[in-house]
Amino acid sequence: MTVVVAIGTRKGLWLARSEDRVTWELDGPHHAMREVYAVAFDTRSGVRLLAGSSSPHFGPGLSTSDDLGKTWDEPPDPPMSFPVEDAALERVWQLQPAPATQPGVVWAGTQPSALFKSTDGGRSFEFVEGLWNHPHRPEWEAGFGGQAVHTIVPDPVDPDRLLVAMSTGGVYRTSDGGKSWEARNKGIKAYFLPDPWPEFGQCVHKVAQHPASPSRFYAQNHHGVYRSDDGGDTWQSIADGLPTDFGFAIAVHPHQPDTIFTFPIEADGNRFPPEGKCRVYRSQDAGATWQALGTGLPDNFWTAVMRDALCTDDAPVPGVYFGSRSGEVYASPDEGETWHRIAAHLPDVMTVRAAVIPA
Amino acid sequence: MKVTVLIPGVLRTATAGQSHVDVDVPEPATLATALDVLADTYPALDRRLRDERAALRRYVNFYVNGEECRRLSGPATPLPADAEIQILPSVAGG
Repeated sequence: MTVVVAIGTRKGLWLARSEDRVTWELDGPHHAMREVYAVAFDTRSGVRLLAGSSSPHFGPGLSTSDDLGKTWDEPPDPPMSFPVEDAALERVWQLQPAPATQPGVVWAGTQPSALFKSTDGGRSFEFVEGLWNHPHRPEWEAGFGGQAVHTIVPDPVDPDRLLVAMSTGGVYRTSDGGKSWEARNKGIKAYFLPDPWPEFGQCVHKVAQHPASPSRFYAQNHHGVYRSDDGGDTWQSIADGLPTDFGFAIAVHPHQPDTIFTFPIEADGNRFPPEGKCRVYRSQDAGATWQALGTGLPDNFWTAVMRDALCTDDAPVPGVYFGSRSGEVYASPDEGETWHRIAAHLPDVMTVRAAVIPA
Repeated sequence: MKVTVLIPGVLRTATAGQSHVDVDVPEPATLATALDVLADTYPALDRRLRDERAALRRYVNFYVNGEECRRLSGPATPLPADAEIQILPSVAGG
């Protein structure tokens, strides 16, 4: 079994490849000196690697590779354009292939906060006007990282249903393919606003879903870890048992809908793991109880894991992966029980994605 | 009329390796119209120089006969015949 991990950093993309998920070969940088915030493996038909990158000088772009990074293709025209006067594409934050029942459909979330849809596997994209024209948009504020749609969760069954999350703004959901959107933040706290329970304006850092449980979502918020069992209509805290409710990343086990992984960070004002100990936390009961996973992980880890820098692969016994601002990447071949460092001394890791490559 | 555009090394993959490109610009010529003509031949170059609104990227400098265009009239800077546009990335980043 071959597993490839795509590691997007602030100065390019690296690819790590392994047959046993213990010994890894590192290849890169691809797209050197470009900020790679969004990568995706599209394994619906062959393997296509998509990378959204941006240059501080020369702007954003999107490249695809159908040979695992040996060659890259970037269309000469911009992959996404804002067909409006008051905005231009600054960065691609998220690339999300749709379920296999929608071949060719790839969603992209951008800065400024907008959604784009591709029907040709990520070669070209259409602007989703419904979200852009939402009456809340003038009140979506920029967080420290910029104002962006950073999370896209397509419904596993219904192609018209889609959930996005943005910072700030929170969670929005469509049931008509993107024409209309409703804020879905009831129960998610925005402690940084005068009204801490607003309809929208939350800073939801990441939302995850298991395709076998399409009505259930997990969210890591800017303080707060939540679960929704009703499609996002309401959210309940699942932070009890975690050392802190701050963090950026959350990921779901590919085969167990009740198993989730997070990387807690002390607080908004103290962005280190608690006590500087590098630990992934896992819940196997949908957030009721949590277990610290640290075998092979270091102490004195004074760095943080960003919203897209924690993921799993989809092997029968799935691997778990995360990367840090300190340029390290750790991999677990056994659902988080044990860990190995597979890369170090890279630029800040912004995103990590893993895929089992068909033989 | 002809103007010459000097391409920085880091962008020459978008001009098939050419370090300078002559473009024929209709008169009255401006920096913007010269870049429009350049974009027809080199769209991949153009989107590194300008966003989809044709706004100049903030950290790319455009010297018109030795003067940075933002000290002149920006994209509307008039171009004399045989003008030289030198494109240089600004010093930024870490």
